[in-house]
Amino acid sequence: MAYLDHAATTPMLPEAVRELSAQLTVTGNASSLHAAGRRARRTVEESRERVAAALGARPSEIVFTSGGTEADNLAVKGLFWARRAADPRRTRVLASPVEHHAVLDAVHWLADHEGARVEWLPVDAVGRVHPEALREALARDPHDVALATVMWANNEIGTLQPVPELAAVAAEAGVPLHADAVQALGQTAVDFGATGLAAMAVSGHKTGGPYGIGALVLGRDQSPEPLLHGGGQERDVRSGTLDVPAVAAFAVAAEHAAARHAEFAREVGALRDALVEAVRAAVPDAVLGGDPDPAGRLPANAHFAFPGCEGDSLLLLLDAQGIECSTGSACTAGIAQPSHVVLATGADPELARGTLRFSLGHTSTAADVAALAEAIGPAVARARSAGLS
Amino acid sequence: MTDSTAALPTGPSPDRRLRVLAAMSGGVDSAVAAARAAEAGHDVTGVHLALSANPQSFRTGARGCCTLEDSRDARRAADVIGIPFYVWDLAERFKADVVEDFVAEYEAGRTPNPCLRCNEKIKFAALLDKALALGFDAVCTGHYATVVVGADGHRELHRASDAAKDQSYVLGVLDEQQLAHALFPLGDTRATKEEIRAEAERRGLAVAKKPDSHDICFIADGDTQGFLARHLGTAEGDILDETGERVGTHTGAYGYTVGQRKGLRLGHPAPDGKPRYVLDISPVDNTVTVGPAEALDVTALTAIRPRWCGTPPAGPGAYTAQLRAHGAETPVTAELADGELRVAFAAPVRGVAPGQAVVLYDGTRVVGSATIATTTRAVRARG
Repeated sequence: MAYLDHAATTPMLPEAVRELSAQLTVTGNASSLHAAGRRARRTVEESRERVAAALGARPSEIVFTSGGTEADNLAVKGLFWARRAADPRRTRVLASPVEHHAVLDAVHWLADHEGARVEWLPVDAVGRVHPEALREALARDPHDVALATVMWANNEIGTLQPVPELAAVAAEAGVPLHADAVQALGQTAVDFGATGLAAMAVSGHKTGGPYGIGALVLGRDQSPEPLLHGGGQERDVRSGTLDVPAVAAFAVAAEHAAARHAEFAREVGALRDALVEAVRAAVPDAVLGGDPDPAGRLPANAHFAFPGCEGDSLLLLLDAQGIECSTGSACTAGIAQPSHVVLATGADPELARGTLRFSLGHTSTAADVAALAEAIGPAVARARSAGLS
Repeated sequence: MTDSTAALPTGPSPDRRLRVLAAMSGGVDSAVAAARAAEAGHDVTGVHLALSANPQSFRTGARGCCTLEDSRDARRAADVIGIPFYVWDLAERFKADVVEDFVAEYEAGRTPNPCLRCNEKIKFAALLDKALALGFDAVCTGHYATVVVGADGHRELHRASDAAKDQSYVLGVLDEQQLAHALFPLGDTRATKEEIRAEAERRGLAVAKKPDSHDICFIADGDTQGFLARHLGTAEGDILDETGERVGTHTGAYGYTVGQRKGLRLGHPAPDGKPRYVLDISPVDNTVTVGPAEALDVTALTAIRPRWCGTPPAGPGAYTAQLRAHGAETPVTAELADGELRVAFAAPVRGVAPGQAVVLYDGTRVVGSATIATTTRAVRARG
């Protein structure tokens, strides 16, 4: 088995498993006042401090959520509602067209149900938003913008965005910028405080932590309208009893991710480079998606378009060889849709149907790359003979 | 079932381990078929065909196989069987080859059978072609029919062991090439539907209790008339009796089927008080002709687009014919002349609707099929 889909989910770190297991036997609601509650609260707050330190944020800026999707929804919808409530002119949303569906669909929902006017920021051929493009969009009328949202690193093609520069431009205009950093954490330096972002989403299971936990890092001057009302936990922004074991294990993973990102980039980046080389050798006309400059993309990401192939067919053929990867794009009822990310970069729609994303992680080995190197050529030849249906 | 674990007696090279693509609708038959193929040692991959561009979320009643729920049921079954599972989007092909053909046939005053069309053009063409290109050896479905290798090495399609469940009629359009890559693991089953359900239950397949699907899968509400009206519009026309006298009106001749009795809403009763049936549909002048049952008696028919399972018959031959799904067999003499199939009935038959398939049998063997084009009536309908 060659697992080349770490961007979908990556194995939990042994340290995180140990922490999770240890905490599962401990009773206590972090909102309770008695000793058990105090003990749970201490675990939560220490975890919050660890996550904050790992992300360059203050502890009070960490809002634990059920994961990246909730964090993105809270940022996009919550900030839109709050900013519009403060000034009804603010109905414009600036978003990159390569956002993850957790942001993209939240933005579409605001347009369909809340009268948001969505403006898609232009991206270049590698899917990057240039700070000038954001500056121009803001300058048209900085007073009617509710928020801007640009992901830190793209989950499909791996492109890194110039987040600090974008955040500076947004801050100049007094507009909050949200960044989905779910893929970035652990692969590149992610320092919330240094960037001046208003909000940032991270997820546990993408970085060696458990499923079902994530956080919205939320600047202290931001008060989004909650999605979940209830007990008033998490700054009154996200109600619900905290999952203490998940929070604690997430802290372990986040700390690990932040401490080791340079090492990860070096080691996994070298494997990724070998993978890219192997695929190109086997399939000379494969088109690398995203930034060809390794400095401009996630070190664990490789994305290819295989002309004349259906991504689905490739997936089936590689799966049959024990190679697990993804087309990178979302499914509707199990049917792969042409990727909005690839289309946004101006790629030929026909080419966009034959894409595969290979994503490496902390358990990847040279044997994984070798298995792909052996299988990809024959798989592409076969998929080509099946053609585009 | 006592021998569901036995090697598959049907299909291509039964003793070889095949790479099999199992078409899984989300229903119990195709799930059990896929499970049996896997159990027989084949390397099985499940695939659900997405045939609608805008699938409904849930099944309504017992219709269709194209909802998201059906897709999930199929995936759940594949997971339990332990085989890979994919959804393939064949909606465009299905629309062009099945749905549009269905509408055009009705518009021309005929009564098509979209299941045959789907087997011919989708399951054993679009799907099979893609499967073969991807390295699969065969497509497996939950149809009740058997494939046997004849004495001369040719593949033959036969009725299922259990005549009551036989579905060879809707597979009559398959040629030998298609049959060579078809696997019907349920074909040799002498088991009631309850026993198939029990087998599904035993195998842990959650679809065991799912209701059977009926009717036309792409008409979710089962209202064929409404579907046709949406596609063809309405056009008021006359319903005439066999003497040419106007006895009622309709909103589109395409909405009728030869032999139909119900839903005619005729103003005047027949002079003899007997029920009247649709005898003719004329899309050209948008009229429907009705008359007594005996006027439906057909002595012969011609059929077009013949498809043969093996060598086409050389001269006139004695066969039995089936004229609709679940219809009875009737003795005929058939011959191929000028690319057209000419069928003469030993005794007159009723309710032969142009557009339906005539499938010829030699014993249990499917000889071939063709689409009914014209019929010869025992009694002239008009004039």
